[in-house]
Amino acid sequence: MYEGAVQNLIDELGRLPGVGPKSAQRIAFHLLAAETADVKRLANALVEVKERVRFCSVCGNVAEESECRICRDPRRDTAVICVVEESKDVVAIERTREFRGRYHVLGGAISPIEGVGPDDLRIKELMTRLADGQITELILATDPNLEGEATATYLARLVKPMGLKVTRLASGLPVGGDLEYADEVTLGRAFEGRRSLEF
Amino acid sequence: MYVSHLQLTDYRSYAEVHIELEPGISTFVGPNGQGKTNLVEAIGYVAAQSSHRVATDSPLVRKGAQRAIVRAAIVKDGRQAVVDLEINPGKANRARLNRAPVPRPREVVGLLRTVLFAPEDLALVKGDPGERRRFLDELLVARAPRMAGVRADYERVLKQRNALLKSASAQFFKRAEPDLSTLEVWNEHLAVAGAELLAARLALVGELQPLVAKSYGELTSSGGPPVLQYRSSALAESEHPPLDRAQLVDILRGALAEVHVQELQRGVSLVGPHRDDLHLRLDELPAKGYASQGESWSYALALRLAGFELLRADGDDPVLLLDDVFAELDSERRRRLAEHVRHAEQVLVSAAVDADIPPELQGARFSVREGGVERA
Ligand SMILES: Nc1ncnc2c1ncn2[C@@H]1O[C@H](COP(=O)(O)OP(=O)(O)O)[C@@H](O)[C@H]1O
Ligand SMILES: [Mg+2]
Ligand SMILES: [Zn+2]
Repeated sequence: MYEGAVQNLIDELGRLPGVGPKSAQRIAFHLLAAETADVKRLANALVEVKERVRFCSVCGNVAEESECRICRDPRRDTAVICVVEESKDVVAIERTREFRGRYHVLGGAISPIEGVGPDDLRIKELMTRLADGQITELILATDPNLEGEATATYLARLVKPMGLKVTRLASGLPVGGDLEYADEVTLGRAFEGRRSLEF
Repeated sequence: MYVSHLQLTDYRSYAEVHIELEPGISTFVGPNGQGKTNLVEAIGYVAAQSSHRVATDSPLVRKGAQRAIVRAAIVKDGRQAVVDLEINPGKANRARLNRAPVPRPREVVGLLRTVLFAPEDLALVKGDPGERRRFLDELLVARAPRMAGVRADYERVLKQRNALLKSASAQFFKRAEPDLSTLEVWNEHLAVAGAELLAARLALVGELQPLVAKSYGELTSSGGPPVLQYRSSALAESEHPPLDRAQLVDILRGALAEVHVQELQRGVSLVGPHRDDLHLRLDELPAKGYASQGESWSYALALRLAGFELLRADGDDPVLLLDDVFAELDSERRRRLAEHVRHAEQVLVSAAVDADIPPELQGARFSVREGGVERA
């Protein structure tokens, strides 16, 4: 145990995902040794992200205004929605440059073990978007693991009465993985080869 | 195939040990508690990446150490492959093949194939259904490493579905409306994953039947003939294999619909391969409860020998590991088992005393004592 402020910092860092106690200690001492200006910049970035960044009122992606950059872009195809689990998946798909439609960020996947059901995801918001009849294709780009598949199956069944074209990314993505870790080429090809879901 | 070199670092009772091995028979002799089973377990771990004794990896790491390393050189068709496994409890294990890291340790599963005989094998006959399911599933994985993924997928679906049923069940008893909107989805996943596992088990039992009967007959002339009956929680007595995967998916779907209310009451999944059993009969009678001790042992050994024959028929001989089993057997069964296994490409036998090793199984002799292994 260190004294007051240092231990506080280690504790806070240790609560971040992927940061164990040893890394927390290393980062804390790195910050202690760093220039005051550098640390202030980091602190500001942290505060700013909470103050400025919100979630897009349309798609749920991170945004700095009430709508995100993609939803505001008039060149994007409004007839296609790509459903993803997290904002970081939007970034991964944008990198491929294969997709010109808009997104819908669910905020996770169905997982009873973690107590996450349909009501905990932005599914109602998705249904509202689909209700206006402008959208003709829904691409389900949830992660290629069991929970992602289950979520895709659930959504496909839910929207079935609407008669949309519903597609799922083609296999070729590493099964059991996270979308964000798929490389651009693999993910891009998965987009190209997406298949219709029949239920 | 055979193991030509084994090196253990911080594995169980071993700080560091190197053993050079040859094809044919090797015996490991030492008093109890000296590390014979630990050795055999380590070789089994290289084959299956799981221990036959414990469900988690932490007991495999030597007390006080952070991780264990098992390195084995495997010779197959005259070519050698070196597998390194770093066992990190609570974290991902790491594997290397010929010193090059592999992306996932699973990729080296099945490079070495083993069949292990252990004193606990009697539980195959006398124990719970789980013992027999594990026997079938481990054999499936040894034959086709892909089945490890099928098994893991099924376990995951089951966990998710049970979590949903548990919370729905709590609602049900509070007389609230349980949220079952996703149950259909999990049913579908359970039916698809379950059918794949079920189909594989049914096919395996069909292949095992004649081999078990043959091996049993070679071990003993009492009791029998052995009859294997796979009892599925989803199949009615009247539904007999062969059933294809699509049919099994339908059957599982139907069975899930039938137990719906019971599942809500109990909050667990009541049908699927996790509730099945392999009934072992001697002629008309169940072996469990009817067979003598000697007959039960013959049955358990016959199951293992049948597994060995299947693996051998798929390709080359798996490595046979006989851990302290001869002490359990009478002299006639000892002799017959020894006769049966002595010609396998590599046989590793452990015993507490030399007298427990049948004369047919003399070979290179190692003594095991206090965390060390010495060639005698
Ligand atoms: N993780 C571990 N760390 C240190 N010692 C262990 C560990 N696991 C088991 N042992 C020791 O290994 C010994 C048992 O070895 P085992 O191979 O089962 O003996 P046997 O020769 O009778 O087959 C026991 O003395 C036990 O304390
Ligand atoms: Mg032992
Ligand atoms: Zn948006």
